[in-house]
Amino acid sequence: MSSYLIFAYGGVGLCGIGVFGFILHTHLLRRLIAFNLLGSGTFLILVGLSQSGRGEADYIPQALVLTGIVVAVAATALALVLIRRWAALTQHATLPEDQGPS
Amino acid sequence: MVHFPMAGLVVFPLLGALVSLALSQRWRTLMSFALILALLLNNALLLLQFYSQGMFNEAMGNWPAPLGIELRIDGLALIFSLMSAIVASICALYAYVYLRPAQLKLFWPFFWFLWVALNSIWLSSDLFNLYVGLELLSLAAVGLVALSRDALSLAAALRYLFAALLGSIGYLLGVALLYATYGTLSLVELSQHFSLTLSSSVALGFMFIGLLMKTAVFPMHSWLPPAHGGALTPVSALLSALVIKASFYIVLRLWTELSLDSAPTSAGLLMGILGSAAILWGGWMALHQTHLKLVVAYSTLAQIGYFMLIFPLLSDTNPHASHLAFQGGILMLLAHALAKAGMFLAAGNLLFCTGQKDLHSLAGLSRYRPLNIFAFGLAGVSIMGLPPSGGFNGKWLIIQSAMLQSQWQWVLVILLGSLLSAAYIFRVFSYTYQEVEGGDRFKQPSPLLEWSALSLSVLSILLGFASMLVLDLLPSHSVVTQ
Repeated sequence: MSSYLIFAYGGVGLCGIGVFGFILHTHLLRRLIAFNLLGSGTFLILVGLSQSGRGEADYIPQALVLTGIVVAVAATALALVLIRRWAALTQHATLPEDQGPS
Repeated sequence: MVHFPMAGLVVFPLLGALVSLALSQRWRTLMSFALILALLLNNALLLLQFYSQGMFNEAMGNWPAPLGIELRIDGLALIFSLMSAIVASICALYAYVYLRPAQLKLFWPFFWFLWVALNSIWLSSDLFNLYVGLELLSLAAVGLVALSRDALSLAAALRYLFAALLGSIGYLLGVALLYATYGTLSLVELSQHFSLTLSSSVALGFMFIGLLMKTAVFPMHSWLPPAHGGALTPVSALLSALVIKASFYIVLRLWTELSLDSAPTSAGLLMGILGSAAILWGGWMALHQTHLKLVVAYSTLAQIGYFMLIFPLLSDTNPHASHLAFQGGILMLLAHALAKAGMFLAAGNLLFCTGQKDLHSLAGLSRYRPLNIFAFGLAGVSIMGLPPSGGFNGKWLIIQSAMLQSQWQWVLVILLGSLLSAAYIFRVFSYTYQEVEGGDRFKQPSPLLEWSALSLSVLSILLGFASMLVLDLLPSHSVVTQ
């Protein structure tokens, strides 16, 4: 097994944790972190899987992942702004349907 | 050589997005309208160029793929670019009158980011550029939903954002798997080497789940009604008419270019079943809403179902019928974009007249504000699929294709769905015809608001007469099924 495949498997593991966290957690910040894990996992798969078996470094997935990271940071920033505003308006860190009867 | 009009489709809205951030509200508006004119002109030039020389590609800044960004114009891309130009310009005009100055100031940058994302999706021929376009589109759309800044729209925006992010990641995961298998991201190169193996099916599965989630196909639709129904009116129109089309456009591109019409029929069948469920569920829910804009939002869910019905009908065994379904699907998409934008704007006007969201408050409007009811009704004609309208022609082509391939179940679903849509639209009408005491106590929207809603509705009807002009831009069926 090449070392690149280890990255890919690591990525699959991260994705698994991310999906799990996304479903399990209702706290908005935790969901956002789960999404970030999912994103990082995908980037690892993208770089690791496409390098394996080629021998030399492939520059295209690296360029893609750089772009992907920028996009993910932008999305995270927007989500943080919305979550802060939501928390300030309603004093809740979860969406109404996740708050349960109280 | 640079194809100036093609680069303009991306450069103008990007310019609008970036420069408008630095300007005051007054200058933002002025510059935006100047750029809208430029983009309309640009689209017209592109149409002329397309008539004279057909489809063409262009590597931006002479950087060839794979590192550079290659843009491509073909009939499909051109139709979608024209559609977004028409709908977005009229919505911008509406927003200019409708929004408060503080909202308008924030509206312009989001609007331009939305438009640049749309155009880059229509023009991309590369899976990763499509991802960037999709992500930019989602972020701009979520920003627009949150524009009214109350708790309800914030919750809708957050729900929308999480669904959109999950969808994008699903798509990107699929792209990663495809790249690992084929070593390319260009759709053209991919279509030459593509074969349906286990790994490519898994990859496509991830991509489709992600894209369908962003399109709000049943059963991944629950984020759509609050987001589209709760947003400010011009935003609802933009989202329902254009934004959901972008992810669907990518599904359609993948399906036709990777020749999935020769794939096992079960894949197409599954898409058809999801579509049927969406038509019936969306129609049923629309019939039971008490808020006008939610009726329109659920109607979007049902209409997305019709687009999905073309996939089981795209088969390589019967190219003629397959081509009819493709044409019908494109017409439905266009008619829905025009009619739904018109309907949301008309609904916004009706809500403005009464000042309340409830359907009961519409009583008496038919007598006192007939123009708005007329705009709503004309859009309704196209949504229901009554002749003569773009919606009718689209449905008719799809039904023809289904009959040619003896897939009668889809005909039945389309007829049932049309009955449901007639029911929920006439239900809205029946409220407006109720007589009220006390005469005209309604507010009067400005003529510009009324006429922009009406013009979109009229265009959706006119599409019924100009269908052939539009469909002539598409490649003939031998190319579609290649």
